Amino acid sequence: MAQRIIVYSTRTCPHCLRLKAFLKDNGIVFEDIDVASDPAKADEMVEKSAQMGVPVVDIDGDIIIGFDKAAISRKLGI
Amino acid sequence: MMMYDLIIIGAGPAGITAAIYASRKRMSLLVLSKDIGGQTLWTADIENYTGYNIVTGAQLSDKFREHIKVYGINVSEDEAVQSLVKRDGILTVKTGKDSYGAKAVIVASGKTPKMLDVPGEEEFRNKGVAYCATCDGPLFAGKRVSVVGGGNSALSAAIALSRIAGRVSVINNTMALAGDVILQEALEKAANVTIYNDAIVQGIVGDNFVTGIDVSLPQGQTRIPLEGVFVEIGLTPNSGFAKDIRKNSLGEIEIDCACQTSVSGVFSAGDVTDVPEKQIIIAAGEGAKAALSAFDYIVNHF
Repeated sequence: MAQRIIVYSTRTCPHCLRLKAFLKDNGIVFEDIDVASDPAKADEMVEKSAQMGVPVVDIDGDIIIGFDKAAISRKLGI
Repeated sequence: MMMYDLIIIGAGPAGITAAIYASRKRMSLLVLSKDIGGQTLWTADIENYTGYNIVTGAQLSDKFREHIKVYGINVSEDEAVQSLVKRDGILTVKTGKDSYGAKAVIVASGKTPKMLDVPGEEEFRNKGVAYCATCDGPLFAGKRVSVVGGGNSALSAAIALSRIAGRVSVINNTMALAGDVILQEALEKAANVTIYNDAIVQGIVGDNFVTGIDVSLPQGQTRIPLEGVFVEIGLTPNSGFAKDIRKNSLGEIEIDCACQTSVSGVFSAGDVTDVPEKQIIIAAGEGAKAALSAFDYIVNHF
């Protein structure tokens, strides 16, 4: 079953760029949300993760804060 | 224990350049680092790296990564070094995962942002307390924020935040801002910025997120209500693991003009050293020099 993956990030944060490159390299399709240009989505990210740092990854409702390669790999089986 | 000719600690501009030079000398090589790029990763626009009119820190870091790939250089990322000691002529580097031996070591571990070290800072990290205005600034659109510090990085952060946030206060612990005049002038033009000089942060308060900062001013203690605190008070060298190596009063590793430290076989390069001027291009040049010095050292001693 396809997982729904949302990445909340800003265009200027290096860990966000590394995270998205990592997902793309592994052929993972994700929704790419720029919280800098969408305040409502920024609030949504803060609500989901209870913190204000980017990036945040939402994998079927499981929240991973930061570019935690090990946790993301485990969750996605890559 | 795995033995190498050379271990490089750090993979910013100094460590990467050292790795490229060492690889071309056919030295067996291990690079240990938290990431590739180091402080370069956190730099927005770079306009003074020769050959690039303008490049972002993330792009330049990607170029570093591509360049070492060409040489098949082995970088162990996310591996933090705990100690570096010399015993019976062998240098031993211990990390959270393993121990490695080497004939020579280059310490190119750079610097990390200093923390304020006040109550509430750790508790509210990423809950209003931030260390990267470039990264996290956009989350504070229309909100009230403080920038703590008075140097160039603080002023740049305050200018960037004044365009995003509702109100910006700059909390500077000296009598006058230390940053470049051109930045001070830009900051004075922003209508939503207040500068507090001779102001010391006492603590950060909040519930789930930051709600205020306690500051002692010449006229007494005050609590500024706000949502964000950006700490921009400078950098500290990552030299704590190198206990036996001589450092200056700032904790920077002392080197001679060949990048040799006080321990033979240990070289150092870039922002972790006492070299005058911390610049990406200077760190890269120092890394090249350190690798060539390490090569000469191995040829002459082994």
